[in-house]
Amino acid sequence: MNARRSIILTVTFAAVLAAPAPRAAFAQEQEVLPPQQHWSFAGPFGLYDQAQLQRGFQVYREVCATCHSLKLIAFRNLADPGGPGFTEAQAAAVAAEYKVTDGPNDQGEMFQRPGRLADHFPPPFPNDQAARAALGGGLPPDMSDLAKARGVERGFPWFIFDAFTQYQEDGPDYIHAILSGYTEPPPGFTLPPGAQYNKYFPGHAIAMPKPLNDGQVEYTDGTPTTVDQYGRDVAAFLMWAAEPTLDARKRLGFQVFAFLIVLTGLLYFSKKRVWHALHHPETA
Amino acid sequence: MTTISAAEPSRRDFLLVATASVAAVGAAATLVPLIGQMNPDASTIAAGAPVDVDLAPIAEGQIVKVFWRSQPIFIFHRSKNDIALAQQVDWQSLRDPAPDSARVKSGHEQWLVVIGICTHLGCIPLAHQGNYDGWFCPCHGSQYDSSGRIRQGPAPLNLPLPPYQFLSSTTIRIGETAPGNA
Amino acid sequence: MSGHSIYKPQSPFMQWLERRLPIASLVYSSFVAYPTPRNLNYWWTFGGILTFMLGVQIVTGIVLAMHYTPHVDYAFNSVESIMRDVNYGWLLRYLHANGASFFFVAVYIHMARSMYYGSYKEPREVLWILGVILFLLMVVTGFMGYVLPWGQMSFWAATVITNLFSALPWVGDPIVTWLWGGYAVGNPTLNRFYSLHYLLPFVIAGVVVLHVWALHMVGQNNPTGVEPKTEKDTVAFTPYATAKDAFLIGVFCIVYAWFVFYIPNYLGHSDNYIMANPGQTPTHIVPEWYYLPFYAILRAIPNKLLGVIALGGSIVVLAFLPWLDTSRVRSANYRPLFRQFLFIFFAVVIGLGYLGSQPPEGGYVIAARILTAYYFIFLIVILPLLRLVEKTKPLPNSISESVLRHAVSTAPPSGAKA
Repeated sequence: MNARRSIILTVTFAAVLAAPAPRAAFAQEQEVLPPQQHWSFAGPFGLYDQAQLQRGFQVYREVCATCHSLKLIAFRNLADPGGPGFTEAQAAAVAAEYKVTDGPNDQGEMFQRPGRLADHFPPPFPNDQAARAALGGGLPPDMSDLAKARGVERGFPWFIFDAFTQYQEDGPDYIHAILSGYTEPPPGFTLPPGAQYNKYFPGHAIAMPKPLNDGQVEYTDGTPTTVDQYGRDVAAFLMWAAEPTLDARKRLGFQVFAFLIVLTGLLYFSKKRVWHALHHPETA
Repeated sequence: MTTISAAEPSRRDFLLVATASVAAVGAAATLVPLIGQMNPDASTIAAGAPVDVDLAPIAEGQIVKVFWRSQPIFIFHRSKNDIALAQQVDWQSLRDPAPDSARVKSGHEQWLVVIGICTHLGCIPLAHQGNYDGWFCPCHGSQYDSSGRIRQGPAPLNLPLPPYQFLSSTTIRIGETAPGNA
Repeated sequence: MSGHSIYKPQSPFMQWLERRLPIASLVYSSFVAYPTPRNLNYWWTFGGILTFMLGVQIVTGIVLAMHYTPHVDYAFNSVESIMRDVNYGWLLRYLHANGASFFFVAVYIHMARSMYYGSYKEPREVLWILGVILFLLMVVTGFMGYVLPWGQMSFWAATVITNLFSALPWVGDPIVTWLWGGYAVGNPTLNRFYSLHYLLPFVIAGVVVLHVWALHMVGQNNPTGVEPKTEKDTVAFTPYATAKDAFLIGVFCIVYAWFVFYIPNYLGHSDNYIMANPGQTPTHIVPEWYYLPFYAILRAIPNKLLGVIALGGSIVVLAFLPWLDTSRVRSANYRPLFRQFLFIFFAVVIGLGYLGSQPPEGGYVIAARILTAYYFIFLIVILPLLRLVEKTKPLPNSISESVLRHAVSTAPPSGAKA
């Protein structure tokens, strides 16, 4: 009808009004979008791949944990459903390998003791200032929420499509891109001292030195030990760290959706039933 | 046309009843997370895990207080005299009858481990006070003996026993009983 | 409105209660027997949807408040604890955060419906103004709620928006310091925002009562804009309007569930998953999508004070709509010229929303200025003039007539009519 056509025209008009995006003006903006990767947890039925989370955890422990904390994850989370799938005993064993600060004791001193399930991962540095002092000024961010804290503006019209394709993996795409994105700077590009060139980092000068090399972490399940694979695995692990309830969320989501579709269908036919006599007076 | 309208009310009723029932199920389902969120969360449950206590520093006659699940636990290193006093009581005449042997682990009679919450209204009784070689609760005057049993005052029950087990002769784990034990 | 039934208590208990507190008959006459125009379309269900969403936000907010800590050192981690440790905490948090967005979706559709069908015109001016007040309350509540997680966007949005008041001459800086409770946004600010964020939804609920009362005094508008004349023009609210409201709430919940369960962070900003850092401003401070048009208007004006006035004015001017648009014809169905300008206005608001999300540079600034100009020119200049130049289409004599006419034109050709 007329109203519907007008609405379509309105939205198109709005799009035309706002769409001219003079991108050339923003040379310092993130021009290179991280390529979209395939993730096992993407889409309405996507869930974490337990083996991948375990490999990712291994990469985190052996490489990233030197500088990056994971303060919001507790050792017991390793045994939670929908996660890397450690048993409680295995998670307790992991915990016991770490030293956690506790106290004060009866002498008034803080002391170190082996970690327990309830403890959170202890940070590699006691505070931000210690981290900066040890790393020449840079501050490695805590990784507990990193996969959700690194979104990518995909611009129009992608943000319309993304709502329908349920694209929520821009964080892991970005992390994978950064880890694989260390290249030689293009000619004419001046790197600030202490920084390295990274294709996908905004501004291209990243303070973190290249953390991953082929063969650096030994996988016991035969998965290729390439930088690309490490990047995928650790990005998946970090996504779990940021969103450990993803599996439960999608499972419940399916049930809620099914229920709502049934209920809304019933409500629709009930409405038609209620209004029938009014809409069709000839049947009265 | 009129024949259909006679059949319609029952069709309409079934549809409306079905809709109302499904909606009611949905409403009940929404209560699950709303009520469930008040249950202890995962970090609280994790913090309530069993605690290990080293008994070696506890001198004979000393009562120490540790916390498990936010509750005070008294650990009493009883002397021979304390044990004798506890065992000689005519336990069947007590308000909450219990022999001393049922309140300690066999082979470890010198260790009494009780939850330090007065069974009257919840205050923490004071150790080494009262007339029964045990505890005195200052709130309303209840008195417990060297086996933690109620002897005098308004409290109805003995000091409760937490689940615990001996990991070695000098270490106990409070919060976990050994498999096979009562 | 005689002819519609009155509540007659059947059981002895209800008779006893009715004499002492006639709440049952009040509910009955307001929401069961209440005469509603029979030709309302689905755009009229959004009042019910808004009430539903207010309930959702209050319930989820209260249970979230059981776990949240309003202190700068604990706020961010308490929200993370809700997401990770609290039973169903992730669900409650995503319901509340996306619920705010859907609350605004519903209110914008509701306002658009009122603008299209002239529901702000005589005798519904107070109803409309109460609605503008409700919208303002929603804006303030949403702003304070967004500060509570104490992420980067929370902190810097609080800084930018409270700093707006410094534009006011003389009283500006003291007001900002008073709002902050300190020399910058900090713990006192967070605490008082928490207190007010908990309070305002109940103020909203109170004003909703006034809003519905004002509505029931004058009755609903309808798509023709012609007031009900006889009983044939209206039907009882229950079951007719109730059935439509329930169905649309179901549809609305499906879209809501799509976001909550599958794209829960789509409408948010990733920077808010970084703990607030008062020493580092994010590259682009962006409010949530529902504030973007007003943000674009604020930034379009190059002068600080005038920008703030334009921001406030863009909402306040809406309250004057009943006096800016003086056409006697209510519904845009019968005002083709007004209709075109109105659709351009809606497009302009959507366009401003997009521009609010982009950096204020280059072509974006020019576009924002043009669209801001149209926003105000439409409301202040075009609307008053339209009445003088427009040719309206003839109105139906009554609601029943328009319904019958519609039924005739869409009924399949068959047999004799009743």
